Amino acid sequence: MIQLDNLTKVFDTPKGAVVAADHISMEVPAGEICILLGPSGCGKTTTLKMINRIIRPTSGKVFIDGEDTSGLDTQELRRNLGYVIQQIGLFPNMTIEENITVVPRLLGWDKARYKARAREMMAMIALEPDAFLKRYPSELSGGQQQRIGVARALAADPPVMLMDEPFGAIDPINRAVIQDEFLKMQQELRKTIMFVSHDIDEAIKMGDRIAVFREGRLVQYATPDDLLAAPKNAFVESFLGEDRALKRLNLVKVREIVTDEIGTVSPGDTLQTALAKIDDFGYQNAILMVNERGQPAGIIGRSVARTTKGYCRDHFQAVPAVVGLDDDLRKAASLMFAHDITWLPCVDEEGRVCGQITQRAMTSHLGARFRARQGDDRTPHPALKE
Amino acid sequence: MELIQYALDNLNLLLGRTVEHIALVGVAVGIAILTGVPIGIAITRSERIARAVLYVASIIVTIPSIALFGIMIPVLSLIGHGIGYVPAVIAVLLYSQLPIIRNTYTAINNVNPALREAARGIGMSPNQRLRMVEIPLAVPVIMAGVRTAVVLNIGVMAIAAYIGAGGLGTFISRGISQSDPRQLIVGAVAVSLLAIVVDYGLLAVQKALTPKGMERAAETA
Repeated sequence: MIQLDNLTKVFDTPKGAVVAADHISMEVPAGEICILLGPSGCGKTTTLKMINRIIRPTSGKVFIDGEDTSGLDTQELRRNLGYVIQQIGLFPNMTIEENITVVPRLLGWDKARYKARAREMMAMIALEPDAFLKRYPSELSGGQQQRIGVARALAADPPVMLMDEPFGAIDPINRAVIQDEFLKMQQELRKTIMFVSHDIDEAIKMGDRIAVFREGRLVQYATPDDLLAAPKNAFVESFLGEDRALKRLNLVKVREIVTDEIGTVSPGDTLQTALAKIDDFGYQNAILMVNERGQPAGIIGRSVARTTKGYCRDHFQAVPAVVGLDDDLRKAASLMFAHDITWLPCVDEEGRVCGQITQRAMTSHLGARFRARQGDDRTPHPALKE
Repeated sequence: MELIQYALDNLNLLLGRTVEHIALVGVAVGIAILTGVPIGIAITRSERIARAVLYVASIIVTIPSIALFGIMIPVLSLIGHGIGYVPAVIAVLLYSQLPIIRNTYTAINNVNPALREAARGIGMSPNQRLRMVEIPLAVPVIMAGVRTAVVLNIGVMAIAAYIGAGGLGTFISRGISQSDPRQLIVGAVAVSLLAIVVDYGLLAVQKALTPKGMERAAETA
């Protein structure tokens, strides 16, 4: 757990005092990722760097797992906080192994232990130990280097990680891959993480909580869903972007809004039965055909069913797309748009049909939060408040 | 042909003087590394002090060597070493300070700030940062300063023959006083060759001392 208590930084500049961080108080529960988000110069990086004293706080306190860190020796404090920076900062004079084991070596681990740890870390970041440990940072790609940067920060198994735009300098494709890998690692490691970003999409993807900063102040601290559904003021709203409702698509899984009510036919049914079922279930255009294992096998169109005689197995079209229960709504929406359809069959882990998801259900789910808010008189519309 | 004949006839003397020359410069630059590198590192802590130190070191280099030897005669006479080995070594020591201090200072100062922040952030003490990161990265540039100092002072040491320090300069000074062009030219060529050979030798040392991971970076830079 990380707790900041009125953390403040005032820089003395020739033009007078500048308050870079103004009485920041917040708490990150153990095992969660907190994203510090905001435009440049908003105080998010200053706040992060005050935690490991790269920047000395003017006033205020930092508690790690309930312990006031102001009593700790600076070097000792830093060795217990994993630190990852955007510029990566691998030491070019050291091999990958030496880079990864630098903190364990500073902590005085014996050789066998830190060597084993290096291999363990390589496995964790999915790089082949024998191929990489003896190489130098300059021989690696940017994405590989930042994986090593993360491994170095994690090597001594610190409870807390501080990450300053760690994936900011990596190209978008690799960035998405590294973000996914990191989230997967985090599911096992459950570190308490402070993560600076200026990218709202990254914040939504990575954060359990998001702290929005502006001009040295903490403006709003909420879960991604709450932030998107109820931005506190016009600044947060504009920073989140006009498509913020769409961004929530990332946060909701198909599982949450799937309905198991789905009419299906089997290959052996007649087209007449299919037509009757289409009408019974109130479907507009078509009905799903499933095979004997319960997997989606085809689509029977209403017009075909009405005008043709025969069995379903002879008159079906291909299923345009299906979604899994753990896919997010963004994928579902994208598939619907791509295939010009308003519903999608959902399949479970074995590929069996277990329900459907409709455009109507999606919009209704996303809109529920907004409607709830508008009905609440205590939080007036931001435009009226300002 | 006459020159080569002379050189071959006096080969033992020539080699002896060369060893003497190398020893003089080697001892002086050796001491200069021991003083200049720590000074160069120390002044990275304060820009004001760094400017002052580099200014003084620059002024020293502008003093002609003959003048410097002249100044040292009365001073060092007090301890009975007005001429000879001691003032020669001191002069080279002083001239070596500028390239060594300046290169050390520049190299340490130019270490990528991101590396310095990473080193701080993972909990290295200032001494650990120097030992594990900053000095290893600075070594190639420091060695370049040492090379400059050595080449510069192989020339300076030739003049030290006038105050009786020995070395290859002896051929030159005798050649002039005895109006013997053979000695003069053999001495001059020997000094030049020595400077070139030593420079290449030190370049090899510099490459050997460059951290392995930086070779590629240095080549592409």
